Amino acid sequence: MKPYHYVLLFLLCVIAPFILPDYRTQLALLWVMIVLALSWDILGGQMGYNSFGNIIFFGVGMYACAVFQRDSGLSYYPALLIGMGLGGLFAMLTAALLGNALLGMRGHYFAIGTLGLGVAAGELAGGWDYIGAGSGMTTPLFPGELANRDVFFYFLFFAWALVGFLGLRWLYRGRFGLAINAIRDDEDKAESMGIHTTRYKVTAWIFSALFLGVIGGGAGNLIGFIDPKDVAFSGPTFGVWMILMAITGGKGRLWGPVVGAVVFHFTQELFWTLLLGWQRVALGLLIILIVLFFPEGILGWIAQRFPQRAAAKAQLDDKSKQAS
Amino acid sequence: MSSALLDVASVSKSFGGVEANRDISLSVPEGKIIGLIGPNGSGKTTLFNSIVGYHPVDSGSIRFNDKEITQLLVPDIARLGMLRTFQQTRIYGRMSCIQNLQISMPLAKHNLKSVFRPVQRDDMEQIEEMLAFVGLHAKRHLLAGDLSFGQQKLLEFAMALIAEPKLLLLDEPTAGINPTLINGLIDRLKVANKELGITLFIIEHNMRVIMNIADHIYCLAHGKLLAQGTPEQIQNDQTVIDAYLGAH
Amino acid sequence: MFDNFMILFDAPVFSVDLLINGMLIGAIFMLAAYGMALVWGVMDVINVAQGEYVMVGGYVTLVVVKLGLNPLLGIPIAALVLYLLGWLMYRTVVYRVVDKDVFTSLLATFGIAILLAQLTNQIFGADVRSIDTELGTWFFLDDMVTVAVIKVIAFALALFLGVVLWLFLKKSRTGQAIRATAQNARAARILGIDTHRIYAITYSLSAALCGAAGSLVVMAWSIHPYIGLPFTVRSFMVVIVAGLGNLPGVVLAGLGLGAAENFAGFILGTEFQIAFVFILMIVVLVWRNRSLRRKRKYLK
Repeated sequence: MKPYHYVLLFLLCVIAPFILPDYRTQLALLWVMIVLALSWDILGGQMGYNSFGNIIFFGVGMYACAVFQRDSGLSYYPALLIGMGLGGLFAMLTAALLGNALLGMRGHYFAIGTLGLGVAAGELAGGWDYIGAGSGMTTPLFPGELANRDVFFYFLFFAWALVGFLGLRWLYRGRFGLAINAIRDDEDKAESMGIHTTRYKVTAWIFSALFLGVIGGGAGNLIGFIDPKDVAFSGPTFGVWMILMAITGGKGRLWGPVVGAVVFHFTQELFWTLLLGWQRVALGLLIILIVLFFPEGILGWIAQRFPQRAAAKAQLDDKSKQAS
Repeated sequence: MSSALLDVASVSKSFGGVEANRDISLSVPEGKIIGLIGPNGSGKTTLFNSIVGYHPVDSGSIRFNDKEITQLLVPDIARLGMLRTFQQTRIYGRMSCIQNLQISMPLAKHNLKSVFRPVQRDDMEQIEEMLAFVGLHAKRHLLAGDLSFGQQKLLEFAMALIAEPKLLLLDEPTAGINPTLINGLIDRLKVANKELGITLFIIEHNMRVIMNIADHIYCLAHGKLLAQGTPEQIQNDQTVIDAYLGAH
Repeated sequence: MFDNFMILFDAPVFSVDLLINGMLIGAIFMLAAYGMALVWGVMDVINVAQGEYVMVGGYVTLVVVKLGLNPLLGIPIAALVLYLLGWLMYRTVVYRVVDKDVFTSLLATFGIAILLAQLTNQIFGADVRSIDTELGTWFFLDDMVTVAVIKVIAFALALFLGVVLWLFLKKSRTGQAIRATAQNARAARILGIDTHRIYAITYSLSAALCGAAGSLVVMAWSIHPYIGLPFTVRSFMVVIVAGLGNLPGVVLAGLGLGAAENFAGFILGTEFQIAFVFILMIVVLVWRNRSLRRKRKYLK
C-alpha cells in the first residue's frame, strides 16, 4: 500500500459516520472490534500464545471506568476520559499480577489457565455489591443529542484504535516484536539463547490489557449498561469474537486482525437477523472450520497466493527495521 | 594456573534405569577447541544437556567461569555466556535470516528500555557480515524455515556466533552438511575460535573434522569417560578404536 | 464468609459432611480427569471439550428418562452415545490436529466445546436440570451428616469404571496397543499398530467416560449447558497435580479437589464456587511450575 492509500483510508474513516448516519453505532462498535482483535493478536498471533481469557481486561476496564464516572463527581467528558485511562491502568495491573503467575510456563498451560478467567471474573463481579453485583451498573447519560453521541463515540474509538494500531506497528518493529515472534517460533530456542522470555511475555500481555481496558471503559458507555456475565466478562460474545476475528483476518500480521474485524463485524450484522440464537452455535462451528481449513486467515491466504508480493514485502520490512 | 572455563566434575545422569552419564569429569580451557566423541548412545548429548541446564543432574558439579551452575536453568546459563547448538538444528522458522540474527544479538543491558530497542544501523552491518561469513548473504531475506537443512545449520551457527558467547557447545555441527562444504565449516570454526575468541566444545562423529581442529579430545563410551588426549593420542588409543568398532 | 468458616470450628461435624460429599463428587472429577489424561498422554491433545462431553452425557440421560426408561440405564446409554460422538468428533475434527502444534488442537477443541455448549443451550434451554432418582438419603452422626444414596452409588460406579478402564488398558490387546502408542507412536506404527485407529478409540473412550460421568452428575447433582468449562478445568487440574500415567494420583487428586471445592463453596458461598475452582487452578499451575523449576525441571 502506498502512502496515498493510507491517506484515502484515513479520510474514508473520518467521513464514514457522516455518509452512513444510520449505522453510526455499528461503525463505532467496529473500532471496538478492531481493538479487540488487535489486542488478542499480540499474544495469539505474534507470540503464539492463545489466550482464552483476554476478556477479563475488557471487563475490568469497563467496571473501572464506570465506577470512576459514578464516584468522581466530575462532569461527563473528563470523567469518561480519565475513567477510560483508569480502565487501562487497572487492566494493566491485572495483567502484571496474573502474568507473572501464568506466563512462567509454556503456552498450553497459559491457555488453559486463561480458560476460566472470564467466568471467574464474571462470578466475582456478580457478587460484589460495590460494583452493583448481579444487576451490574449503568453508565451516565451522554450530555447531548443521540446523534452527536454516536459521532462522539465513533471518533473516540477511532482515535484509540489508531493509537493502538500505530503503537503496535512501532512495537513490532523493534526488539520487542522480534522477541515475541521468536517465542512463537521456538520458545525453547529463545530461552536457550538467553532471551528473557517471561519478561517479554508479560509485557505483551500488559499491552494487550492496556488496549482492552481503555476501550472497555468506552464500550461500557456506548452500550449503556454493564452486566457482569453478559456484557463485561462475556466469553461467548466478545471473548470468542476477538479470537475469531484475529484468526479470520490473518493472525500474526498487523493488518490481519483489522481485516478480520471488518469482515466479521459486517457479516455478523447479516447473520444476527438470519440465525438469532443459533449464532453462538455457528461461532463454535466457525472456529473449528477456520482453525482446520483456513488457519492462516485472509491475509495469510493472500500471501500464499501471491508469494512474490510477500517476498518483496519481507524485504521492505527488513529494510524499514533498519531505519533508525 | 587458571581454572578452566568449564569444569565438569563427576557428573552422573540416569534416565529411569539407564545410566546415560556415569561419573564424567572433564574440563574445557578458555580459548581452546575441545572435542567430545564416542559411538552412538555413549551419552554425549546427555552430557551437553546436563551442562546447559536442560535437565537436572543426579550428582556431580559443573562450574562455568568459576561459577557453580549445576542448579541453574537454561536461560540463566545462556546469559552467563554459554550457548549451544542443537543436533536437530533449531531456528526461528517464520522469521527471516536477518531477523534471526537480530534477535540473537546480545544486549548491553537487560533493562526495560532494551525491550523496546529499535534496530540500529551498525547492527545491520554486523548482521550482514555474519551472514556473509556463513555464506547466507544471498538468502538473508528468506524465511529461516524455507532454507535447506544445511543452510539452517549454518544460520544456527551464525546466530550462536553473533550472540558473542564465551563458550559454544556444538552438537554435531557437520552432520547433514554436504561433504564439499565441510572444509568451509572447519575454517569458520577455526575463525570463530581464533579471531572471535570463542571457546568451542564440539560433539562430532566426523573424525576427519574433529582431529583437524581439536586441541584436546574426550571420548565417551557406554556413559563413561573412556579416554582423553590430543588428536594423535586418541587416534592411536586402542580402547577408542575398539569402542567404535565394537559398537558396529 | 468468616462466619461460615467459624461454624466449621464450632461444629466440626459439618466438616465431615462437607468432606464426604466433596469426595463423592470428587470421584466424578477423577473419571473425567482420567479420560483427559488418556487423550493427552496418547495423542498429545488437550481436550478443552472434555467437560462438555460430561454435560452432554447428562442431557442424554435426561432424554432417556423422558423416554420413560430407568435413569440408571442412562449410564450405559450416555456412555455409548458419547463414544459415538467422540468417534465423530475425532474423525471430523481431531484427527486433523493430532500432528499439529498444541495451539491448533486447543483452538479446535475449544471450538467443539463452544459448539456443544451452545447447541445444548439452544435445544434444551439454560435451566438447571436434575433427575430425582428417589433413592433416599442416609443420615449419620445425629442427622448432622446427610449423604444422598445416589451420590454413594455414583461414587462407587465412578471408581468401578475407573478400575475397569485401568484393567482394560493393562490387560486387553487394544489397551496395550494404546499404551504402546502413548509411549512411542512411531515405534507402534512400525510394529503394525494402526495408530489412527488407536487415537480414535482413545478419544472415544475418553468421551464415553465423560458421558457416564455426566449421567451420574445429572442424577446425583445437577446440570446445565455451561457446566462444561468448570469440568474441563477440574480435569486439567487433577492431571497437573497427579501427572500423566499416575492413576492412584488421579484418584487422590480428584477426591481431594472435590472436597476442597465443597469446603470453599461452604465458606465462600456457592456463587463463588466456580471462581474458586478457576483461581485454584491458577494456584496449582504456578505451584507446580515453581516446584519443578527449583529442581531444574520444566513443566512440559
